[in-house]
Amino acid sequence: MNGLETLPAWAAVIVICLLVLGGAIVLIGALGLMRLPTFYQRIHGPAITVTLGAGAILIASMVYFTAAQSRLVVHELLITLFIMMTAPVVSMLIMRVAVYRDLRGRKGGFAGEGDVYRQPTTAQDRPDTK
Amino acid sequence: MLLPFPYLSTALLLCWLLLNQSLEPAQILLGMLLAVAIPLLTRSLLPLPRARVRRPWLLLRLLAVSMVEIVRSCLSVSRIILFRRSRGIHSQFIRVPLDLRDPYGLALLSCLINCTPGTVWVEILPGTHDLALHIFDLQDEQWWIDTIKSQYERPLIEIFEG
Amino acid sequence: MLTDLLTLAIGFATLCVVAAMLFCMVRLLLGPTAQDRVLALDTLWMCAMLLILMLGIRFGSLIYFEAAVLIALTGFVSTVALAKFLMRGEVIE
Repeated sequence: MNGLETLPAWAAVIVICLLVLGGAIVLIGALGLMRLPTFYQRIHGPAITVTLGAGAILIASMVYFTAAQSRLVVHELLITLFIMMTAPVVSMLIMRVAVYRDLRGRKGGFAGEGDVYRQPTTAQDRPDTK
Repeated sequence: MLLPFPYLSTALLLCWLLLNQSLEPAQILLGMLLAVAIPLLTRSLLPLPRARVRRPWLLLRLLAVSMVEIVRSCLSVSRIILFRRSRGIHSQFIRVPLDLRDPYGLALLSCLINCTPGTVWVEILPGTHDLALHIFDLQDEQWWIDTIKSQYERPLIEIFEG
Repeated sequence: MLTDLLTLAIGFATLCVVAAMLFCMVRLLLGPTAQDRVLALDTLWMCAMLLILMLGIRFGSLIYFEAAVLIALTGFVSTVALAKFLMRGEVIE
């Protein structure tokens, strides 16, 4: 059917470990996305899916095809490189979207967590916000 | 000079060969053509003068250290997601004063911080050089500031500004 | 023996990725704010790419790689466009 039977033992062990680790991490990341109560906590869930989960499955794919075809198959490196370059950009953009929308919604800075975005405003500063 | 962007050209050639999965002479020739042409055609899109990397070995060491850090914080974040009650997670914004000014260094710093699960870079607060950072589970604010400044920022200053 | 384990591991990882896609779907439908939905959609793209890779391992074919590259590319572009739209109200300024 496919190359599963002809795979050498060392490669099979590595692929099994990486697949189990990657699958579990992907599942935990999505669980975090679904379960955590606020948006600012939820944004940290997919981060582990993207880094360790995707990384483990990509390395498993590389090891599998390299061993199964007995030649160097490393084109998954392209996807790895691409994810490493785009994932930070995506998470930073979504975070800034959330912060800007919350800031725009509440005029005095939103009192989310911590006091970085809490600007003290009094009534006489902004008489027009009533 | 024949090759105005040697590193970018090499990276483009490697990407082309990886994408085609071949080492045939024709593909290498086409890849070299693209690798020379693309940087020349997109030169006007570059917003900043070229980065100067002073200490490449330190850069590699920094990348290796942050790779280990990514795996470690992945495991700790997944432990928190699985076993901690939602109310017990202290997510907070913190403010980190930065000394790094080089735009390439800041870009690399933001990529490294965002790749590490548990921390998300928000923005550099307007009018200051302070970085707003969101931490998934904050125990000790000073520890985070010290870690970022010593582990990431100081090597980056040495690499890009030193 | 090892072959059976390998088949089992591939099945386990595929099931995990599919369950993760279901979780993302729940967040995409529930998501109280728009940024929640964008985040869920981005994770859904990533899980779809991983699922394609898993299918590639399962059937031992290199063809799936091209689809995975395309999904990764379009996922990034669409997420950036959505985020930009949420921030400014327009995609291209």
